[in-house]
Amino acid sequence: MRTVECDVAVVGAGPAGLAAAARAKRCGAGRVVLMDRDRELGGILNQCIHNGFGLQLLSQELTGPEYAEHFINEARDAGVETMLDTMVLEVTRSRQIVAVNRTEGLIQANAKAIILAMGARERNRGGVIIPGMRPAGVFTAGAAQRFVNMEGYMPGKRIVVLGSGDIGLIMARRLTWEGAKVEAVLEILPFPSGLTRNIVQCLNDQGIPLYLSHTVVDIHGEERVEGVTVARVDSDLRPIPGTEWDIECDTLLLSVGLIPENELTRDVGGELDPVTGGPVVTDEMETSTPGIFACGNVVHIHDLVDNVTREAWTAGEGAARLAARQQPGGETIRTRAGDGVRYVAPHLLHLDNLVARDVRLFMRATRPAERVQVEAVVGGKVVFSKFERVVRPAEMVVLTIPPGKVSPGKASPDHAGGGSHPELVVRITPRDRDTAVEGGRKA
Amino acid sequence: MSRETAELTCIVCPVGCRLRATVEDGQLVEAQGNSCKRGAVYALDELCAPKRTVTSTVRVEGGFLPLVPVRTREPIPKDKIAQVLLDIAKIRIDAPIRIHQIVAADVAGTGIDVIASRSMSRVSAPRAE
Amino acid sequence: MQARRLAADVVIIGAGVVGTGVARELARYDVRVVLVEKRADVAFGTTKANTALVHAGYDAEPGTWKARLNVRGNSLYPKVCAELGVAYKNTGSLVVAFSEAQVLHLQELKAKGRINGVPGLEVIPRERVLTIEPDVNPDVVAALWAPSGGITSPWELAIAFAENAVANGVELLLSSPVIGMDVRGGRVSSVRCPGVVIDTGFVVNAAGIWADDIERMVGRDDFEITPRRGEYYLFDKRVGHLVSRPLFPVPSRSTKGIVVAPTVDGNLIAGPNALLVGDKGDLATTAAGLAEVIEGARRLVPGLPARESITNFAGLRAVAVPAGDFVIGASPGVPNFINAAGIQSPGLTAAPAIAEAVRDILADAGLELAEKPDFNPVRERPTRFAELCRDEQSALIEKNPLWGHIICRCENVTEAEVVEALHRAVPCTTLDGVKFRTRAGAGRCQGGFCGPRVVDIIHRELGVAPEQVTKKGGRSYILSGPSKDSLLEQTACRCLAHAIRDDGQADTEDVGTEDACRIEMREREGVGGHAHGGV
Repeated sequence: MRTVECDVAVVGAGPAGLAAAARAKRCGAGRVVLMDRDRELGGILNQCIHNGFGLQLLSQELTGPEYAEHFINEARDAGVETMLDTMVLEVTRSRQIVAVNRTEGLIQANAKAIILAMGARERNRGGVIIPGMRPAGVFTAGAAQRFVNMEGYMPGKRIVVLGSGDIGLIMARRLTWEGAKVEAVLEILPFPSGLTRNIVQCLNDQGIPLYLSHTVVDIHGEERVEGVTVARVDSDLRPIPGTEWDIECDTLLLSVGLIPENELTRDVGGELDPVTGGPVVTDEMETSTPGIFACGNVVHIHDLVDNVTREAWTAGEGAARLAARQQPGGETIRTRAGDGVRYVAPHLLHLDNLVARDVRLFMRATRPAERVQVEAVVGGKVVFSKFERVVRPAEMVVLTIPPGKVSPGKASPDHAGGGSHPELVVRITPRDRDTAVEGGRKA
Repeated sequence: MSRETAELTCIVCPVGCRLRATVEDGQLVEAQGNSCKRGAVYALDELCAPKRTVTSTVRVEGGFLPLVPVRTREPIPKDKIAQVLLDIAKIRIDAPIRIHQIVAADVAGTGIDVIASRSMSRVSAPRAE
Repeated sequence: MQARRLAADVVIIGAGVVGTGVARELARYDVRVVLVEKRADVAFGTTKANTALVHAGYDAEPGTWKARLNVRGNSLYPKVCAELGVAYKNTGSLVVAFSEAQVLHLQELKAKGRINGVPGLEVIPRERVLTIEPDVNPDVVAALWAPSGGITSPWELAIAFAENAVANGVELLLSSPVIGMDVRGGRVSSVRCPGVVIDTGFVVNAAGIWADDIERMVGRDDFEITPRRGEYYLFDKRVGHLVSRPLFPVPSRSTKGIVVAPTVDGNLIAGPNALLVGDKGDLATTAAGLAEVIEGARRLVPGLPARESITNFAGLRAVAVPAGDFVIGASPGVPNFINAAGIQSPGLTAAPAIAEAVRDILADAGLELAEKPDFNPVRERPTRFAELCRDEQSALIEKNPLWGHIICRCENVTEAEVVEALHRAVPCTTLDGVKFRTRAGAGRCQGGFCGPRVVDIIHRELGVAPEQVTKKGGRSYILSGPSKDSLLEQTACRCLAHAIRDDGQADTEDVGTEDACRIEMREREGVGGHAHGGV
């Protein structure tokens, strides 16, 4: 078995892996090796040919491949070594990777730090349990996207999309633009899962109906999909008898969520967040296994690639610091999702970092809301907050805590919360109510 | 004299501001709800001459992949989208391809070019069709 | 068109685990055997959708075919699977009782099992059950322990039977539905499939849920197959450790109930419910049925997480009415037409024994069976990358780099395995065929990742256009055609319609489009197939 010694090994060359590897190298790491199972760098961005990438980070509206190419060039310029068509079979707690490819066979990489950036996979039919026949023609939206945009084949001609996630919306327009007829997009929730702009330009522009609070209750066709039965659902998301109708189609696309790809993370055996399905990480993006970092959709599902890149930079910096034995030591404070917040990442913040630099918290709202205050609370006191005009579960909320807002003194154990460890709670509260209790909060 | 007020969702960036805009004689007289200047521009365009960036693919000969992703360099009039898609569906270009290389100049008479969204190397043995 | 004419001593209809088992058994002898299958591959009927259990044999009424062949089949499994390289684990099994009344039922089963000749049956107390199955419902009172119970892979077995049969001279015709049979002087003389007529001395009817339709082709109507649908959940390997052996509830009169069992591949399976359906094509799962399955499964294993489900499916069991038992033997009045029908549970377990029984019936009916000296009972298990140690993996990649290219991320299947599966003795041409042979697509992402890659490999290796590749034969196409064609086609139609409406008086812009369409229409000529048929 060939052995590779390196400072940092990165698993996955999508947006997270590319940015993490380049940043680690730029921050002084020695040999940085980036592995990916696909035939080229860039990951899923290569099939995301629509625009909308990079607005926040590069101040340009790029397509996925353009965004990928930018960071591929950065990684190359930084001197990152890449291994393509390479599948990582195993990652150990002692920071060894076993990988395989055609030209080198089995490879063992021994790294000072490993960055897990495997991304996510799509939830499929078995994951959402759609009854009915099992014909050909049921695709996850991303699989269909690869066929259409990279392999050059159409999945079908008459399409129904289940789920209003962004990939589903983008594919509804994409297939329409390639000559298919998209009959409907169905969303089981009472609000869309994808970005509003995608509802406008992918559905409204194309005249594709969106049925909220609807789902597929039956799939017809023995060999190929011949149609689906759809029904309205009640507030518990259960189909309402008597509301069913049939839509003729030859294809059902599923855009029903992404699942962090954490099989390797599980092998390593670190702590996982039950809500995100990803590892618990520090503000350095280090998992609970020392020297194993993670970033991007492996940790939690992002809405914008710009946020993935930002998070990956943090991971790259952290890994480089670890390789150089310059990691922050000292105490950490745990973050917790409070009212109105479904989850928050990272999960552990170094007090040293909170004193010295910006610390970015990513979170998702539990429900849509307008005019809210996003607050970080330590020991019952709001240490930092910001106003958001609108929050939606589909869109990530980012709270960047400036240096010095949480000092070691403030992070004393929060006995009121019942926990013995200091914690920082993030919550989303209506602003109006906020104003009313402003005085009380200050007290 | 034409005066039109409409509720729009801005699609310039992923924030998706909800706008209420009034246009009179091709001039924006009022815009509410936008959180940046681009929202006002979008509202005027959307009410007077809506535009979209078109992204699609073009067939490639001798490339690493059978298709290369392309986009219009700038947004084009919405009513030209169908024609643009049809025009680029007929194109075949040869690899290698440089990112932002012009794939179709002045597509469908819009005055706007269609450009490649990525680079693509040429492979010695083209993929079997 | 002149049909091809073949001559056989025995034609076996149906290449499920029963038909392939009979074919492999007859391959030991110097007889010409043709195995015909209407689907695109072996094991595509009931064989691919059942609980995959090797039953001990305590359920069946003593004296029935079911009872005899279950126990005999069970005893044959270790040898058959060893010879054929098929996964089989002798895990033992448990029938779990939750009340004293149910414990009485266990004693009845044990007594019945003893009559049937089931070895080692024992009623074990709660503590022992919880020791060997810690995740079982703690309300358990006692369980019937059947040490000869086990698990296997039904499709692996049928594929191995078929491959070994073909290697020993059996001819297999896939995608060959029987459309008729000729009966002369009270005996079947030939079997007709599209494009081929097979003159034969004997016919074995192993047509599963269609066995009654097949029997009617020789003018008999001795039984009816009423398909009984069973729905299943398959769970992620992550929860595969929850049970170590099949767990049964105390059975009802008609079924063994909803089982929770490990699979030989490390997953967990739960099911089936049981619903008589009128339609032999009705393989649909239902919300109610799946709810029934998960509820039943949770009675046995309360901690079973529904969110770890990776797929659901339904299978149809061939229940023969009025027999209730397997229907095995010559059809009354047509002495050379042998039924192996109504093979519901425990058909998979019984399959090797059914093969022996059919062989004996054929011999009694006059088929001369002289053993072939060169019969080779061994079929090597196809090499699976994921089953090898690192050194073995390295050695393979050195010989053939395709062993270093993983195309199925969930099950770590390599390109070499897929290529090999496409070129074996029994050809496979479909995504499901590849899945059953290699497990590419059988994992938690259910083909989302490997699907496009497998389509590409089938296209390259078999010279099939990607849009002609199917999931499971017939019209189960994965893709509708090359992208761009669809758009140009649609526009072509629109502009043709426009031209007709305008009576040729198109304006300049239309002429341009129309010209373009004509060019594209011409370009597409010669590109045949379904993708262009539906415009």
